[in-house]
Amino acid sequence: MPGPLGKDLLGLAPLSADQIRLVLDTAVPFREISERAIKKVPTLRGATIVNLFFEASTRTRISFEFAEKRLSADTVNVASAGSSVSKGETLVDTARNLEAMKIDMVVIRHGASGAAQFLAERIESNVINAGDGTNEHPTQGLLDLLTLRNHLGDLTGRRICIVGDVLHSRVARSNIWGLTKLGAEVAVCGPRSLLPNAIGEMGVTVFDRIEEAVEWADAFNVLRLQLERMQAGYIPSLREYNRVYGVTRARLEKAPRDILILHPGPMNRGVEIDSDVADGPHSVILDQVTNGVAVRMAVLYLLAGGKPELADVAKKGGA
Amino acid sequence: MSQDLLLRGGRIVDPSQGMDTVGDVLLRDGRVEACGTGIGTPDGADVIDVSGLVVTPGMIDVHIHLREPGREDVETIATGAHSAAAGGFTGVCAMPNTKPVTDNQAVVGFVKRQGEAAGFARVYPYGAISVGQKGETLAEIAEMVGAGAVAFSDDGRPVESAQLMRSALEYARAFNVPIAEHCEDMTLARGGAMNEGIMSAKLGLKGIPAEAEEIYVIRDILLAKRTGGHIHLCHLSTKGSVELVRWGKERGINVTSEVCSHHISLTEDAVEGYNTNAKMNPPLRTAADVEALQQGLADGTIDLLVTDHAPHHYDEKEREFADAPNGIVGLETALGINCTYLLHRGIMTMSQMVDAMSCKPAKVFHLPGGTLARGSLGDVTVFDPNRTWTVDPKAFKSKGRNTPYGGHQLTGQARLTIVGGRVVYRAS
Amino acid sequence: MADQIVELNAGTDNLVLVGIQRRGVQLAERIVRIIKAQEGVDISSGALDITLYRDDLQTVGPRPVVGTTQLPWTLDDQRVVIVDDVLYTGRTVRAALDELADFGRPARIALAVLIDRGGRELPIHADVIGRKVEVHPGQRVDVFIEELDGRDEVLIATRDDEG
Repeated sequence: MPGPLGKDLLGLAPLSADQIRLVLDTAVPFREISERAIKKVPTLRGATIVNLFFEASTRTRISFEFAEKRLSADTVNVASAGSSVSKGETLVDTARNLEAMKIDMVVIRHGASGAAQFLAERIESNVINAGDGTNEHPTQGLLDLLTLRNHLGDLTGRRICIVGDVLHSRVARSNIWGLTKLGAEVAVCGPRSLLPNAIGEMGVTVFDRIEEAVEWADAFNVLRLQLERMQAGYIPSLREYNRVYGVTRARLEKAPRDILILHPGPMNRGVEIDSDVADGPHSVILDQVTNGVAVRMAVLYLLAGGKPELADVAKKGGA
Repeated sequence: MSQDLLLRGGRIVDPSQGMDTVGDVLLRDGRVEACGTGIGTPDGADVIDVSGLVVTPGMIDVHIHLREPGREDVETIATGAHSAAAGGFTGVCAMPNTKPVTDNQAVVGFVKRQGEAAGFARVYPYGAISVGQKGETLAEIAEMVGAGAVAFSDDGRPVESAQLMRSALEYARAFNVPIAEHCEDMTLARGGAMNEGIMSAKLGLKGIPAEAEEIYVIRDILLAKRTGGHIHLCHLSTKGSVELVRWGKERGINVTSEVCSHHISLTEDAVEGYNTNAKMNPPLRTAADVEALQQGLADGTIDLLVTDHAPHHYDEKEREFADAPNGIVGLETALGINCTYLLHRGIMTMSQMVDAMSCKPAKVFHLPGGTLARGSLGDVTVFDPNRTWTVDPKAFKSKGRNTPYGGHQLTGQARLTIVGGRVVYRAS
Repeated sequence: MADQIVELNAGTDNLVLVGIQRRGVQLAERIVRIIKAQEGVDISSGALDITLYRDDLQTVGPRPVVGTTQLPWTLDDQRVVIVDDVLYTGRTVRAALDELADFGRPARIALAVLIDRGGRELPIHADVIGRKVEVHPGQRVDVFIEELDGRDEVLIATRDDEG
């Protein structure tokens, strides 16, 4: 029987505000576990979780691994390069093989948007989207929301600006869906060539200049700018990007209020964000990382639903 | 001498003769002997009662993909021609993006002979504009015309070099064949998988903006103007394209165009849930585009209705959206879709719809048929515009099952298809 | 109960009261206040949420909400007294013992409960009992406390189907 999040976590777009809040609330006690001497609880003991990563990612995979191991689950890492076409085994076959091995959950990161949904529709195991193409990265979105909530309190009416390459960012999209559902005001700031053309219809304000965003925001979520964007002709150079859109201390000093700084990592220091900001007093980037494990533990806990047919046995239970 | 065939009591709609009347059609020796009222019944004629049905010159789909030679696992010329007949089509033009490419007289001849051997709808081969469809050098257009090619295209791809397109238009003039272009600026399209818009923003998929098509539309119209050649624009999908074609026609430029049944009935919303059976190129667009395309058909800016029938193997479509190949089948749903979305919604009259599916295809591509005038080809389509049915892909005669219309209810269905005076399809 | 706990411990040295979420926490806090009033000593206390250590997580159905766990830095060599409102099958205490083991190695662990209703399924006993009650399995014992429920009351009710 599916738990309160359903069978899978594919994105924040399909979740309700209540479901999102449930994850954030559940993450709070899980953070405490990471502070104990023995960072382990037996909750998912005996569960088998496969981390199926078609795109290289150290930090996300490690974060999931910690979350899984701290819940006492058994973890298997499968790293695979390339798409179905290039590697020979289709995603359908991979899905069926996993299912035949009777695993409980799959954490999938893949280069194609919709890949997590594709997998979830074909196997019974719980599927957690760890990033699919340019679609969503829900656990990152959730840990961003938790971090923001920890520092800003209730997010209703709070102003969060996503800075950078929104066009190619699944983190940006998950943030946009999650923040708007929780009642925050969302803006984006970056070169127009790196914003989706239809951004105006996504319920966000657009700032063409970072100075305007600095005037407005309570928090910045700064996105990584990839070298490929320059090579593909979206922007002239990284140098110009930093001069026009870089989050620098000089710019933040002009802000009317302290702006919280978030970044999903890894950072290109000196490109989208300067070191003295990343390491500065308003940066909560390391908090994000800590919250990441807690959020992932909460998600795993909530997805691993129980079996109601055996619930009668439990009904006798009490103290 | 084969038996005469008399189709009795149907509503004969033949825009080429300005005819819309209840009457009979008599076919003899593979040709139309008589058509109209007061024909009588010749001795020994095979009589088929078609009262309550519509009888038209055989419908012709000038844009389909038969996967032979090369991908017979997905469709052969025979299964495709059979699928066409089941959809009410008596003639089809097969695009040349086969393996090997149909860019020489040998493959053209092969396709033609395979079509004749199959004995369903007539198969008219397209030839490629450029060798291997690589867009570098012209293919042997004259030789291919000699072997039976009726038109030329690099469909699947655009001809990226304006100079090469110019040469093609100029060269083809001598042979009176259309040059058909798949309009897509590849740098703007940049690997997009669906229309660029709010839906692609929501699904996190790369989008193909409407301008990728429109830029080539206007480019080719201008080249047709310069060269006096005949440019035929394939599968238009945007409002802007319709407006540009209107501009071209107003100036007397020899530009014709076609639109697919799916583009006048579905929008990008059909992609919801990453449905690969709604993935094709050009992609499904917005309601505003659908409306403009329908209007374009109604006012004659767009000449022809086609399907761009493109079968794919189930395994190939059962993939991550970005990796799935483009294309859907369409031959067996075209008539139903066109009746449901154009005829019954009052966007086109019966005569206009038949014109766009039969008379004009023949005219624009200089094909025999497209009329029931005495002496013309004995190719006839008989259909029931009011019959409602549910689309079941498993029942298709085509090997392809990739359609977004599975389970949809359509009103309008082919009942009888006759090629050269012979029944090649009869609905059960 | 406070007196008994102090007596059991032979004093207040190294005494740590650990309340089990939820109502055990408030009861532990009350006992701490009583001991402070009577002995003038501040006892360490903490809260323990045992949800993640339950043995019925796979079958219980909708995911139970996880509460806060907050314990003193180390339990090594401490004399821990677990405080809970009702002792029944003993499974909650079993879970608590497993969880405490992950925090350190107390010198001893004792159990203090407000109500002991019998019906043990595991070999667990309470060292300090507020009140023993006789009920049969068809009944349940509900404890209401001022801090959470607005009143102090113990009710014996018939178990209906939603348990």
